[in-house]
Amino acid sequence: MSLLRCRTVQCRLCVLLAVVLCAFPFLTGCGKRHTRVETGIRDQILHAGNGTDPQDLDPHITTGEPEHKILMALFEGLVTEAPDDLRPLPGVAERWDISEDGLVYTFHLRTNALWSNGDPVTAQDFVNSYHRMLLPELGARYREMLYPIRNAEAFSTGRITDFNEVGAKALDPHTLEITLHSPVPYFLSLIMHNSWFPVHLPTILKHGDIAERANRWSLPGNFVGNGPFVLKEWKVNSHVLVEKSPTYWDRDNVKLNAIYFYSTENVDAEERAFRAGMLHLTKDVPQTKIQVYQQNQPHLIRCEPILSVYFYRLNVTSPPLRDKRVRRALALVIDRELLVKHVTRGGQVPAYQLTPPGIPGYEPRARFSEDVALAQRLMAEAGYPNGNNFPGVNILFNTHEGHRAVAEAIQQMWMKHLNIRVTLRNEEWKVYLNTTQSMDYEVARAGWGGDYIDPGTFLDLFITDGGNNETGWSHAEYDRLIQEAARTGDMKKRFELFQKAEDILMDEMPIIPLYFYTRPTLIHPAVRNFYPTLLDLHPWKYVYLEPPSS
Amino acid sequence: MLRFILRRLLQTIPVLFVVATVTFFMLRVAPGGPFDEEKRIPEEIVRKLEAHYGLDKPLWQQYLIQMKNLLRGDFGPSFKYPKRTVNELIADAFPVSLELGCYALLVALTLGIVAGVIASLRPNTASDYVPMALAMIGICFPTFVTGPLLSNYFGLQLGWFNPGGWFFPEDRVLPALTLGFYYAAYISRLTRGGMLEVLNQDYIRTARAKGASESRVVVRHALKGGLLPVVSFMGPAAAGLLTGSFVVETIFNIPGLGRFFVMSAFNRDYTMVLGTVLFYATLIVLLNLVVDVILVWLNPKLKFE
Repeated sequence: MSLLRCRTVQCRLCVLLAVVLCAFPFLTGCGKRHTRVETGIRDQILHAGNGTDPQDLDPHITTGEPEHKILMALFEGLVTEAPDDLRPLPGVAERWDISEDGLVYTFHLRTNALWSNGDPVTAQDFVNSYHRMLLPELGARYREMLYPIRNAEAFSTGRITDFNEVGAKALDPHTLEITLHSPVPYFLSLIMHNSWFPVHLPTILKHGDIAERANRWSLPGNFVGNGPFVLKEWKVNSHVLVEKSPTYWDRDNVKLNAIYFYSTENVDAEERAFRAGMLHLTKDVPQTKIQVYQQNQPHLIRCEPILSVYFYRLNVTSPPLRDKRVRRALALVIDRELLVKHVTRGGQVPAYQLTPPGIPGYEPRARFSEDVALAQRLMAEAGYPNGNNFPGVNILFNTHEGHRAVAEAIQQMWMKHLNIRVTLRNEEWKVYLNTTQSMDYEVARAGWGGDYIDPGTFLDLFITDGGNNETGWSHAEYDRLIQEAARTGDMKKRFELFQKAEDILMDEMPIIPLYFYTRPTLIHPAVRNFYPTLLDLHPWKYVYLEPPSS
Repeated sequence: MLRFILRRLLQTIPVLFVVATVTFFMLRVAPGGPFDEEKRIPEEIVRKLEAHYGLDKPLWQQYLIQMKNLLRGDFGPSFKYPKRTVNELIADAFPVSLELGCYALLVALTLGIVAGVIASLRPNTASDYVPMALAMIGICFPTFVTGPLLSNYFGLQLGWFNPGGWFFPEDRVLPALTLGFYYAAYISRLTRGGMLEVLNQDYIRTARAKGASESRVVVRHALKGGLLPVVSFMGPAAAGLLTGSFVVETIFNIPGLGRFFVMSAFNRDYTMVLGTVLFYATLIVLLNLVVDVILVWLNPKLKFE
């Protein structure tokens, strides 16, 4: 009580300040309760960090990985992924036949597959969806994924206007026939991508035009899907909530009742949320925390390789890099072991070729190894003995601490071993994209992730004038090999063609592979059936939560 | 007073027009466009997208269309979120930023004014040095340091609050304190300065001579004049607080307006940038007007003319 008997103004103000400070937390309530992770395990509600905020939930519009992960819960394609190795399993199609020449796929759709509004999922729904995806007016960015279908490209680019000429036909409500223009051995893997998901056309037409990008059918309340979960909430910059679908054909085997996908753009905030018991899964782990977790709580962290490569593009039209010997010398002096061990520190794998390891049946043989003496000899042959007369080279990267650290390390290696002047330039993301696309650089940082498990998703990049080549490099034999591989149905022959192409690429070196990405994830021990996969995809229908003690 | 307010509101129109025009053209001068991505989009699709958003028209036509839409209060569709309009996105995010801003304002004003008054009553003594040293620390600690510290300590070590998110009432506490502390530091120093000046005035001496109690002197007589610098500061500060802070919203994963403000520029989401900039500019102009009205009310020397 003596405090309340303050005589002086200072004293009273001090008391007031103290009361406000102490009362503030309690006024708003701060009792200890069960964490989201605990209640989630009890109620089978998964809380997952999902990276950047999803732009849309229309499978024909979206392009990003965070969207794809949510769409995997909301839709089901003809085939789905096995949770452990992503091999194709029956989805809406319960079985399929492939013609001997590998050109005609006949999918037999299950009769109990339903949309979330109760309508049956039919073969015509798939045909309608491919039609929409390929409509030039929609401007779908991933429409190229459908180009293996006969005449799909011609329709999409306006060369033909009759969709009946495109190789997708509904033979009856439950039989879908897809005819390809040439054999695609990885076709079943390709059609797991969200660009192949069916959409419910009547719902789209109810909310606007078929090709209208702003059609609001994919917002909560309007949304109709055919996946194991349905859309309940979507708050921009916060979360997407999906709940178990009562109409999904395999609902008895879906154990989760709901999934919250949180937008977690700040990786430090995401890690704090995991530690506080707010997330079962994170999308990423701060670089500085990876080793701490690996040493102290290895059961909570996973750092698995994914189908993604970090490399430097070389502008082969700029004078010193026009010479292949210079390009090779730059690649040969980089100590990639040191780079991943002391700079990136996320368990990344040193890259001595472009195609990441793990693609079944394809082990690239075009591997080079670090060789400083050879590099110095190549530089001397190119007219730059001990770096003399070399005009210098600039490394461009988009503004990011991690990219800067890598660039600085490589700058040191090139200066030390080749005695050349190396400068660094960072640019904001969109400016950097503009600079690389207009070829206004010498060396530029780049990354590439595979959309499907096949070497072609990487090697196709560097064909002459390819949209993502951006090096100015052109090689007739390389182009021929890639084009021949695209027409070859025999997996063995096809991979041999890719091997030869990669041999050429690593000999010519228009790019310098540095390392293969890993995907560090924090995962609560209660999460089951969540396996590391090459594309970092996890079919949610198999995932469930089980208290770790049991 | 009404004429003063009306005149100021009319002056707002050319200000907002200039802001909109400068923002529109600065955005178009910036390298890179809304459809530039690492996986390059085929040229014909880029043309379709540009046609969809009207970017295929000459720049002056785009400008006129944009201005016409702005006059109707329509900011247009967002480039990043194709299914939503900028108006909807602002309408969703602003209440979050507003709520956070109000709590932060409460913290800032309460702590700042109380600490400033304490410091001013006995200048150059411990009761002055301590709050002012704390204020200096508050100014020196940016929100990206205070935020993670508070989140780690109260969120993870003590477990009193969630370290992030915007789901429960208590989720407001840590971000409000983070944002509030920073502004409280400035407010306390401004309060101290204002109060010191006022406490030396003749009318305060008169009040004391007439036997008014110390608390009456401070609260009834001195505070009104002493807070003038704080009120001037509060106009732009409140606009900043109410429209959200990118840093605090990112640290605590809050779906407010501040993130749009920054991320839309990175994404070259032209309509969103224009929408948020104009919204922010309008708030600044309006809050400055409110501050001017309050200043006249507080300071008898000022008139509305």
